[in-house]
Amino acid sequence: MTDSKAKIARQFIEAIPHSRALGMRVDHLQDGVAEISMPYDEALVGDPQTGVIHGGAVSALMDTCCGAAVICHPEAMSATATIDLRIDYMRPATPGQRIAARAECYHVTRTVAFVRATAMDEDRKRPVATATGAFTVERARETAK
Amino acid sequence: MTRPRPEPVQVVKQRRDAALSALVHGVPYIRFLGIEFDRRGDELTAIMPFDEKLIGNPMLPALHGGATAAFLEVTAIIGLGWSMLWEEMENGKLDPLAVDAQHLPRLPKTIDFTVDYLRSGLPRDAYARARVNRSGRRYASVHVEGWQDNRNRLFAQATGHFLMPPPRNG
Repeated sequence: MTDSKAKIARQFIEAIPHSRALGMRVDHLQDGVAEISMPYDEALVGDPQTGVIHGGAVSALMDTCCGAAVICHPEAMSATATIDLRIDYMRPATPGQRIAARAECYHVTRTVAFVRATAMDEDRKRPVATATGAFTVERARETAK
Repeated sequence: MTRPRPEPVQVVKQRRDAALSALVHGVPYIRFLGIEFDRRGDELTAIMPFDEKLIGNPMLPALHGGATAAFLEVTAIIGLGWSMLWEEMENGKLDPLAVDAQHLPRLPKTIDFTVDYLRSGLPRDAYARARVNRSGRRYASVHVEGWQDNRNRLFAQATGHFLMPPPRNG
């Protein structure tokens, strides 16, 4: 992936209002792989007794990261939309720690991109959540034949 | 055989609304998304009023898939938590006045959650209802439907599995 394309993709992702509201940061983008992280924030807590972040916020991080992996895939360009996304929650994220997601777009057809992702906190051995999803592929208009 | 006089309607409504409010307003993330719940008897409708910060595609514009997923997940968890709370409240096991931010009933934990995106989410208010398809001692399965202008044109639906909290007092 060229530096200019990566830069455009990064700007595109960092301009998404909902991702900004959750404080997401693009850590890495390259050829169908995206890494995006989100800081701990008390406003995102789902269980006030433990201070654990709500699963919905982790879903938003996963969705953004999976979409980013599609956008930066060499065969899929411009925008994408989620067709479906399944999240498995392995354990509660540790309160106070940043959550980092890594998504990989592992297969692309003419119309669909298949993605899987993992979310970790500072304990890099035990995932917080994993996700699998299908996304739309919107190719740049093909030249007339 | 004499039947006890039914409670005045205001008393019943106030008790139920107070319990629902404690359940919903105790969770910071629900406040962050601005989600409220409308109650008719035991049936809940979740409402997520439109806000700029829910946008995922500023060009269309469309709601962020993550905001939609979070909305449906909140609807499922509150729907399931509410059904448990309702039972305890109506059979007198739980004093709703004891339910406040410090003494919230434990909510179920999400095991997995799958969202189908059927249409792009418009920059308008969104609504959702959860249906508890199975609720056992340990696990529950919940289906959620989300719509905007037309009840019959869902923009998203979801199914999730949840781990039930351990029963009160052991």
